[in-house]
Amino acid sequence: MAEGMVTIYVMGKQYEVPGNLTIMKAMEYAGYRLVRGCGCRGGFCGACGTVYRTKDDYRLKVGLACQEVVQDGMYLAEIPFFPGNKATYDIEELKANAQAILSLYPEVFRCLACNACTKVCPQDIEVMEYIQAALRGDIAKAADLSFDCVLCGLCASRCPAEIVQYQVALLCRRLYSRHVAPKSPHLEKRMKEVESGACDREIQKLMKLDKKELVELYNKRDIQKGD
Amino acid sequence: MYTPELRELIKRVEATRQARLHQEVPRLTPQEKKELLEGFHPDYRQEIFRELKVGPSKGTRTPNEYADVLEAWSVIDPGEFDLSNVDYDVDVLVIGGGGAGASAAIVAQEHGANVLLVTKLRLGDSNTVMAQGGIQGADKENDSPAIHYLDVMGGGGYLNDPGLVHALVGDAPLVIDWLERLGVMFDKTPDGTMMTTHGGGTSRMRMHAARDYTGGEIMKTLKDEALNRNVPVLEFAAAYELLTDGNTVAGAILYNMETEEYFVARAKTVILATGGGGRLHIMGFPTTNHYGATADGLLLGYRVGVPLAFMDTIQYHPTGAAYPEQILGQLVTEKVRSIGAQVVNAEGNRFVNEMETRDAEAAAFIRECSPSRNKGVVTPTGQPAVWLDTPVIDILHGAGTTKRRLPAMFRQYARFGIDLSKDPILTYPTQHYQNGGLTIDASCETPIRNLYAAGEVAGGIHGRNRLMGNSLLDVVVFGRRAGKAAAERAASIKKHAKLSLAHLERFHAELEGAGVPKEKHAPMLLPAYRRTEHAKRKVEILD
Repeated sequence: MAEGMVTIYVMGKQYEVPGNLTIMKAMEYAGYRLVRGCGCRGGFCGACGTVYRTKDDYRLKVGLACQEVVQDGMYLAEIPFFPGNKATYDIEELKANAQAILSLYPEVFRCLACNACTKVCPQDIEVMEYIQAALRGDIAKAADLSFDCVLCGLCASRCPAEIVQYQVALLCRRLYSRHVAPKSPHLEKRMKEVESGACDREIQKLMKLDKKELVELYNKRDIQKGD
Repeated sequence: MYTPELRELIKRVEATRQARLHQEVPRLTPQEKKELLEGFHPDYRQEIFRELKVGPSKGTRTPNEYADVLEAWSVIDPGEFDLSNVDYDVDVLVIGGGGAGASAAIVAQEHGANVLLVTKLRLGDSNTVMAQGGIQGADKENDSPAIHYLDVMGGGGYLNDPGLVHALVGDAPLVIDWLERLGVMFDKTPDGTMMTTHGGGTSRMRMHAARDYTGGEIMKTLKDEALNRNVPVLEFAAAYELLTDGNTVAGAILYNMETEEYFVARAKTVILATGGGGRLHIMGFPTTNHYGATADGLLLGYRVGVPLAFMDTIQYHPTGAAYPEQILGQLVTEKVRSIGAQVVNAEGNRFVNEMETRDAEAAAFIRECSPSRNKGVVTPTGQPAVWLDTPVIDILHGAGTTKRRLPAMFRQYARFGIDLSKDPILTYPTQHYQNGGLTIDASCETPIRNLYAAGEVAGGIHGRNRLMGNSLLDVVVFGRRAGKAAAERAASIKKHAKLSLAHLERFHAELEGAGVPKEKHAPMLLPAYRRTEHAKRKVEILD
């Protein structure tokens, strides 16, 4: 094998690829044109959740194909889609409590606390912890702990209780923001000013200025000191 | 993990850190900024542009890679194509599943329209989901939409369309409120005050954030809401040609990316929300953009006759990752600088205020690494770079700040053995945003009746340079406006359109006249990242 190359197995098929590539780029190097299993290519969209094993190790490992570098002997498959259940609801009508979780995702209460979800999360989120928080009705904690979820779905793929953790997480964050987080008085005040047309009138004054006047105003504008 | 050579260079950054902590780096004067841009911003390199030979903006300049797709043939032969069988018949067809498309679909349906959203990848696969740093909105006591207006106009070189800027900044507080009501989890203090920071070129701290997953949090919420409301969505369905009826737009031809079939969609109004073109890789620049950013909607709109605005200016984000190689060009959010990280050259010195507008900031990085200054760092793969001294954040704001406020960035570097809070990182400008696009009015309608455009595909809002936090704002503001206007228009249209590809016949005739070779096809839908070896060996047998 040429220097710097490694052997990987994409869904069981062997390819030689440069050892410094991410899994995603290695698959493209091997000749795959990705349609599924490739989204933002930057670790934010969860399209490329991948499970793999390495040589002489029985354990399943996980990563995002766009972020993880290949290793020699890597035996991998992308799981670009998982048929998880998504409840539909009206966020306005729900209350931020355990009852909301129970009514929409009753399977949460089947959680065995086996921690398989946490182990499989490529974002290293404490998945089981937030599921436990959600079923206690601690929506704020579930929202906080699950914040970095990219919806890749690997947690759900491993759950013996068939919970769709990432949907529960999203529900909790939406409930928290809509019904728990303190309102912003400054935003409410500004909304009223916008709706009264006062803000428009101020903007329209600027729109009437010629370029020279606008430039002068811009160059003279005071800049708030940062933190 | 840093190489021993880079480790050695980091010592110079560490040596000056204490002395730099509270150093004030003056802002550029207007004259300095002008000289910097003209000398070093890629927009001023004449050789990367050419004049368009065909279409409504014939004679205007655009980067070669954009011209390549704008001056290309459709795979469709308009004389032969059968439009008699209509597969989807809707009021509003939304093309694109990012922040603008999702907002538009939700609002159009709310206004009573029968909607169909189509996207060539999954709902939510977009640049929106990748936007990290924040969304602007003038909702604080010391701020106002008018001050926001001034920042946007100055940032864009005073060339922005004032009516569109008015819409952007005027709707901003409404959009922040709308998103929060939908359940977007903005960073707040315990009394409810939004935690806001600066972005490059802002005069007030009005950058709202959801840690450094702001766009992700917004996109996940919009997607979830669209699903809750049962908005009809077709995933892996690309639009690869618009349909017209006389001088109006009346639908699109769709392509199932998996079964490779086409479908005909008739619509009373069409909203293009297809995003930008980072994956065209201008001059081979790496990009922060998602996989599908191939300018499809731009050229579809162009073919039916929509003129382009500001398509001779591209935004390069100053801080693309320059090391490690695996994440080359990926975004290091501006928020890293907003909360205190300092820009430092190979000698350990600051050379530009961190809060200049992106065009100036990027040009300053390029100048620092150019032969005229030669104060950049060169990575093991030969990539020029400057340091972003991230450990300053924790020193200024307390241990743990970086991990708490920049969890995505922290994780991304940790994957490669680099601790942002202890070591600086290497960055260099990366292709980030299409400043220009299709011409629209404040209701998002293009000059071609019944065709709307929202988000990055549209131009004029940001002039020649967009400010941080104004694209997340843009996609929601104009997505909502497009959804409303397209639904209202659709309600006024009573008779079914007679579908045609006459516009494409005219466009093809122009291409023929200009001598464009027939092998050039667009839209590309997805970039070609396989090696050329594969193309040479490709055989088509299974059909």
